[in-house]
Amino acid sequence: MGESEATLAVHEPDLKHHFDDSAQQFQSSTLGMWVFLVTELMFFGGMFGGYTVYRNMYPDAFASTSHFMNVPIGAINTGVLIFSSFTMVMAVRSAQLGQKKVLIAFLIFTLLLGCVFLTLKYVEYHEKWVDHHIPGPGFQYADTRYFHQAQILFFLYFAMTGMHAIHMIVGAGMLIVLISMAARDRFTQAWYTPVEMIGLYWHFVDIVWIFLFPLLYLIGHTK
Amino acid sequence: MTHPVVPIKTYAAVFGALLALTITTVAVSKLELGEFNFVAAMTIAVIKGTLVVMFFMDVRRATSLTKLIVGAGLFWMAILFVFVLSDYASRGWLPGPRWF
Repeated sequence: MGESEATLAVHEPDLKHHFDDSAQQFQSSTLGMWVFLVTELMFFGGMFGGYTVYRNMYPDAFASTSHFMNVPIGAINTGVLIFSSFTMVMAVRSAQLGQKKVLIAFLIFTLLLGCVFLTLKYVEYHEKWVDHHIPGPGFQYADTRYFHQAQILFFLYFAMTGMHAIHMIVGAGMLIVLISMAARDRFTQAWYTPVEMIGLYWHFVDIVWIFLFPLLYLIGHTK
Repeated sequence: MTHPVVPIKTYAAVFGALLALTITTVAVSKLELGEFNFVAAMTIAVIKGTLVVMFFMDVRRATSLTKLIVGAGLFWMAILFVFVLSDYASRGWLPGPRWF
């Protein structure tokens, strides 16, 4: 950059020319990230909409599937994700305070919790495979009355939790990028926007799970 | 950079509330409440989601424009569900062939 030319305006190193100040630049990033998250909301909304329709059509069949869901793992995974959201928000806080080592520690902690979630998800998927609860030619169901209808729920289960898991994997990749950026001193107290934005993404994925857990695991637990 | 740093206590309190609500939602699902099981589960999920959006995602201190985008997203979700459900719920009200 031609910073040496006297005619150029002096500004903070990470402030782009087309913004008035750092605050405006940050607000623009936040707004853009939220527009993206709303498209994500619409994307997951389609699947939640499909779920709503079929659960209304076949309430008893859907309720019968809760018996085959691993509620303890689902509940623990909910806790793990909430914990990871907490460590993520602490990472953002550390970035605000310019604490590089604490920032890296919280980012790594968040990444590890994400891996714990995915590992437990793998255990559950494996369980479904062993129980023949994967929709398709090999599908088997204890209550033969609900053979076809329960398959719809398991299809939705894999579509929704699978799409959620893909988002977790993407999030984990972005956390690795953040850790590497933080280690290379790319963030300052004045500019840590990527940490904040990936944080928003991570929390969004957490919220999706907050809704998936009761809808997929606790439909008919009373029966 | 635009807002004062939030004390750890606030984040810890939200974290604690989210964990407590997760335990509550599992506990409530074991009770026999009929239709209210679903209502209770969704109420708890909405409270949890709101806590995350407001505190962890910091929407409570975001600009009005960001709040508008968030609100618009939720409004569009509401359109999706209201229109889909009004379609399926009203099927069969008029005489004619049923396809499902």
